[in-house]
Parts: sequence; structure tokens; C-alpha cells
Amino acid sequence: MSHPATAHRTSMGLDNRKMAFWAFIGSECLLFGSLISTYLIYQGRSVSGPMPADVLDIPVTSISTFDLLMSSLWMVLALAAIQRGDMKWAKIWLFGVIVGGLIFIGFQIYEFTTFVHEGLTLKTNLFGATFFVLTGTHGAHVSVGVLWLFTLWIRALQGKLGPANAMTVEIAGLYWHFVDVIWIVIFTLVYLLHT
Amino acid sequence: MSEAKGLRSWLTTTDHKRIGLLYFWTAFWFLLIGGLEALVIRAQLARPDNQLVSAETYNQLFTMHGTTMVFLALMPLGAAFFNYIVPLQIGARDVAFPRLNAFSYWVFLLGGLFMNASWFLPGHPAPDGGWFGYANLTSTQYSPGPNIDFWVLGLQILGIASLAAGFNFIVTILNLRAPGMKLMRLPVFSWMTLVTSFLIITAFPVITVALVYLMFDRVFGTHFYLPAGGGDPILWQHLFWLFGHPEVYILILPAMGIVSEVLPTFSRKPLFGYTVVVYSGVLIGFMGWGVWSHHMFSVGLGPIADSVFALTTMLIAIPTGVKIFNWIATLWGGQLRFTTAMCFALGFISLFTIGGLSGITHASPPADLQQTDTYYVVAHFHYVLFGGTIMGLFAGMYYWWPKMTGRLLSEPLGLVHFWLTFIGMNLTFFPMHFIGLLGMPRRIYTYSADLGLSQMNMLSTVGAFLIGISMLVFGYNLWRTRRHGAIAGPNPWGGATLEWSIPSPPPVHNFDVIPTVTSRLQLWDKHPHPPAAAEPVHVPPGSWWPLVAAVGLPVMALAPLTHIVWFAFVGAGILLYGIYRWAYEPFEV
Repeated sequence: MSHPATAHRTSMGLDNRKMAFWAFIGSECLLFGSLISTYLIYQGRSVSGPMPADVLDIPVTSISTFDLLMSSLWMVLALAAIQRGDMKWAKIWLFGVIVGGLIFIGFQIYEFTTFVHEGLTLKTNLFGATFFVLTGTHGAHVSVGVLWLFTLWIRALQGKLGPANAMTVEIAGLYWHFVDVIWIVIFTLVYLLHT
Repeated sequence: MSEAKGLRSWLTTTDHKRIGLLYFWTAFWFLLIGGLEALVIRAQLARPDNQLVSAETYNQLFTMHGTTMVFLALMPLGAAFFNYIVPLQIGARDVAFPRLNAFSYWVFLLGGLFMNASWFLPGHPAPDGGWFGYANLTSTQYSPGPNIDFWVLGLQILGIASLAAGFNFIVTILNLRAPGMKLMRLPVFSWMTLVTSFLIITAFPVITVALVYLMFDRVFGTHFYLPAGGGDPILWQHLFWLFGHPEVYILILPAMGIVSEVLPTFSRKPLFGYTVVVYSGVLIGFMGWGVWSHHMFSVGLGPIADSVFALTTMLIAIPTGVKIFNWIATLWGGQLRFTTAMCFALGFISLFTIGGLSGITHASPPADLQQTDTYYVVAHFHYVLFGGTIMGLFAGMYYWWPKMTGRLLSEPLGLVHFWLTFIGMNLTFFPMHFIGLLGMPRRIYTYSADLGLSQMNMLSTVGAFLIGISMLVFGYNLWRTRRHGAIAGPNPWGGATLEWSIPSPPPVHNFDVIPTVTSRLQLWDKHPHPPAAAEPVHVPPGSWWPLVAAVGLPVMALAPLTHIVWFAFVGAGILLYGIYRWAYEPFEV
């Protein structure tokens, strides 16, 4: 995998893939911006219950939020390890991020099924529609991230990941941190300020 | 460095020039289809109380005419030039992500075919809700058939193609410039491509969300746009036009870029006020985000919102006007050569100015209330999108065709094409100003003789068929040029930018030696090229995986269309398989 031909000179001095990824993140901001705006515009406009206060469980979601935040820390440690060539810890931290992501998805599955049992579905009211589409889109992003990191972890186990291609891990990390930041916005606006 | 031949080489190509040609021909066929739909519309409106097509078919015709022209003809024709010309103008061997580029094209092709497949199914359920697809006309209550599903899903697929291309061209233009090609030395066409790409990656997520809501309303029974469940149909309008107005600039900025290349070349003068033209383009890109509600004055958003959007709409005319004056000043005192490309560029200036002026008339909400949903608006945006975008694209075709094929299009035939288009275009759309102000509404399949507009409508129809004939002349010119066009040579027009420094058509690797740029007008200033040793040129091989990954998307779209869930899993599987093979195949750029 180590072909120096890929290390092109670029006009801005920034790796092509990294620049594309920053542009992608900018684009994603508009995607989540539209979803979050819709949620806020439709807040309090459901014609029937359940309302946010009836179903949202802030203590439980705080745990999954903490878990996602920690996974971002492990992501930082995984990248630092791979950059200094410490593949043992790179594998451990990458695995940690994957487990953190899976735990978060597990919490979301638990939350969604609980809400459905309490009578909140996509069809029930505007809260249900906006909530499930917004948090579901976020959950889908986390799932893609887990699949991506799992792929990198397998590559690491195969010995095909090293300091030479730390950039691939760095970009996956950018994605992971972005998804984490979006969750902080969602957690604040949807859960903490749900009145 | 011989070029690969055969079907396989085209299906797996990652060469930006070949992808540019694929974009061109695909978009050209969609332009003909969209034009054919327009001709049926005009034939139906030629006489009052005409029964050529039913009201239902008419709805499908204007819906697919608008959707096809915007998403399948004009945007991809712009993309054809982005692909072919931008890497040559910036002195690069390809785009930043050649396989992503191929993916964009295949997704565009499949999305266009997906949407148009609706014409051929039993009952031909083509989309019929207008290109703007206003809620709640698009709800299952008022549109129970699959028509709107084809539209919603087709547009989502096409959006992915545009987004991927947007990321690719941002990185290409920012990062792959030849040494010395500073941003303020970039040819204006490349600059406008950059601005357009930023608009694409910011505007398309918004319509994606709007379309996802509509899909959920139709497939999963949500109430995003349904008042019965507390939803607000106006949300659709806001999201659609929040995308829709930047989209207008996505359509016009590439044409402005082309004209900014053509006018200096055929005036033998540098573009007047280059920096101002560039900054105006960037400013238009920003301001394009602040005017969307002028499409919604008739909604009743209140006096404050109406005033703000009236003001921003009038303001955005300023950078546009600045550009027009710069183009005119470029001509002043120049050695003008009235080639076909130049004529189309001049046609662009005059017709786009008329469209711009009628646009300012509906910046005023009280005036707009009289004009909205009438043929006056149809006249306005055709002066902008036909008089502007299409004239600009034709200018680009005549200008760059010799670069792309090695042969010059016939100038006499080109001038016939130009005058037929110019006269036909004005004959078609100028009467619509009056037809509209005298009270004829848009999107109604017929009208009564009592309206007193029969003659003007007939005039408009005659003009439309004149445009049709002009396209036959152009088609013949393209066909004839394949064998009988004069050999172009590297720089038939005496252009100043880098694409003219290499053979026509360029070799696979574009530049034997990556040029060092010392001037904005590199070839005119005749700066001696510092001698550089020829480098080993590596041309990446083709790849099947962009095409395979692209196939996954329409397969996934079959799930919400047919309500058969496993299509989603099969499609996602194909997409993932394509992406993994793509990621791990040996492919050096």
C-alpha cells in the first residue's frame, strides 16, 4: 500500500482527500441544518401526543451521549497511536471506537423501540416524524462510521495499516468527530431544551 | 500513449475528457427530449380549445420539460465543460478523483433513465406535479399514482451525482493547479465552475431533505407537508426555493464563465475588470442564498419578509449588472471577430439582460402578484435560462468543439443555427410577456378564444418550431463535422488560456510537461516556457467499480417505488460491494 506516487504536490498543501472531506462536512452541515431547522419549526405543533416531555429520557440519553463523546477521545488516541507507529494501541483504540459506536447504536435501538411501545411512531404526529427522521439520519451516520472504522480495524489486523496511510484513519476520524459534534447539537436542542 | 478503444474502455473510463464527452452526448439527448416536450406543449397551445393532448398529459409534459431541462440538460451540459475544459485550463492531467468523476456520470445517466422510464410503463405514469412539485399536490391524496414517486426518487439519485461532482471540482480547482496558476490567474470559466461547485454542495443537501420528507409522507405516512397532521405545505416551498434559487445560479454561472472566455478571445482584448468579474461571481454565489422567498410573494409571508426579499432581490441585480458592463467594456475598442461562438456570446448578453430586467420587475411584491403564475414569468425565466444559459452553452460548444474533437464546426452552418435560434427564441418568448400580463395563466392545458390571445400564442408556437429547426441545423453541423470539419490545430481561435497550448483533441495525459504559469493570459503574453525535462506520464487505468456502485442507487430506489423491501437491501449491497472493490483495487492517480 505504500506507493509514494500518491503523495502529490497540491496547490493548497492540503491532501486532496482531506480537502474533499472538509467540503463534504460543509455539505453535511446543510443537511443536518435543514433537518434540525424543521424539528425546531415543528416543535409544539403536533396535534396529538405523545409529546417530547412524555417520552424523552434525558438520563438514559446522557449515558449514550457520554459514550459517544468518549469514543471521540479514543478516536484521537487511535490516530495518535498510528501516527507514531504504535500499531498495538492503534488497534486497541480503534476497537474501542467501534464498540463505543455500537453501544450508541444499541441505545438508539432501545430508545426507538421504547418510544414505539409508548405510542410514538413516524405516523403519530409531527414530533414523531421530525424526531425519528433527524435522529435516524444521525444514527445512520454513526452506523456508516462503525462500518468504516471496522474496515480500517480489519486492515490494521491484516497489517495493511501503518503510519504511511495514517491519513485514511485521520479522515475517518474527521467524520467521526463531525458526527459526534452533530449529536451534541441534537442532544442540546432536542433533549435538553425540549420544552 | 495510445488510447484504448471499444465499449469496455468507455464503460470503465476515468479520463475526464471522455467523461466530459459522455456528459455532453447524454445531456444533448436529454436536451432534445426536453425540447420535444416543449414542442408538443406549444403545438397544444397553438390554437384555442385545442385537444391535441389531454390535460393530464399536458401536466406531465410541462413537468418533465422543466425537470429535464434543469437537471438532465443544462446542469450536465455545464458539467460536460467542467469535465473537459477545467483540468486543461488549470494545467492538470485529470480531476482530483477520476473514479468519483466516473461515478457522477453513471449516477446522472441512471437517474435520468430512471425518471424517464416512467413514460414507458403501462399508463405512462410520468411525473405530473410541476418541476417545483408543490405540496400538497404531491401528497398521496392528490397524486395516488407512482408519478410523483418517479420524480422524488429520480431527483434524489441525480442529487448524489451533482454532489459527488461538486466535491470533485472544488478539490480539482483548488488543489490541482499548475505551478504559478494563482487563484487570481484562473480563467474565469474555472472560477465560475468553482463557485458553482460550492453552490451545488450547499444547495443539494437542502432539496435532499425536502425530497426525503416528501418520500416519507408518501411511503411511510408522515405528515411533514400535510395540514391534517399539523404539517405545513409552505415548508416544502421554503426548502425547495432555498435550494431552487441557488440552483438558478448553478445554471447561469457556468454560462457566464463561458462568455467570459469567448468575448476576450474574439475581441483580442483581456477581459475588462477580471477581478471585478470574479468577485461579482463569488458575490452572486453568496447573495443567491438570500433571495429565495421572492418565489413565494403570493404566499403571504407578511410585509417584513416581503420587503426584505424584495430588497435582496434588487441588490443581487447589482453584481449581475456589473458583469454585463464588464463584458460590454471588453468589446469596446477590440478587434471583433463575429464567429458563431462570438455571436452566441453577444446573444447571451442581450437576451440575458432582457431576462434580468424582467426579473427586477418581479422583485417588487405588488408587481409580482400580478405576474406570478402567468406567462410573464415563463417569458422571464426563458430569457434567463434559454437566452442566458443555452446561448452561453452554445457559445461554449462552438468555441471548444475544435478542442474536444480536433475539427472546427462549420461557421456558415453555425451562423444559420445562431440566427434561427436567436429569431426563434425571441419569437417564442417575447410575446409571452404580453400573453402573461394580459392574463393567461401558466400550466393550463388550453385557453378560450375569448381571451383574445390566439394570434400571439400562434406566433409563439411558430417561434418554438423555428428553434426546433435550428436544432436540426446544429445536429447536422455536429454530424458533418465528424468527417468534413476543418482540422483545428492546437489554437484555432488564438485563445490565451492553457487548453489552447496542447493538441486538439488533447492526448490522454493532456500535458507532456506540466506548464509553469506566469500570466493570466499565458499564451498571449508569450512568456517563454522554462525548459523542463519530460516527466514519466502515468495514466490511471479504467475501473468498473464506479459503474457498479452507481447501479446500486436506482436498484435501491425501486424499494419505495414498488414497496418491495428487498430491493433496498440488494441495491445497498451492490453499492457497498462497488465501493469496497473501488477502495481496494490498485489504482494510482
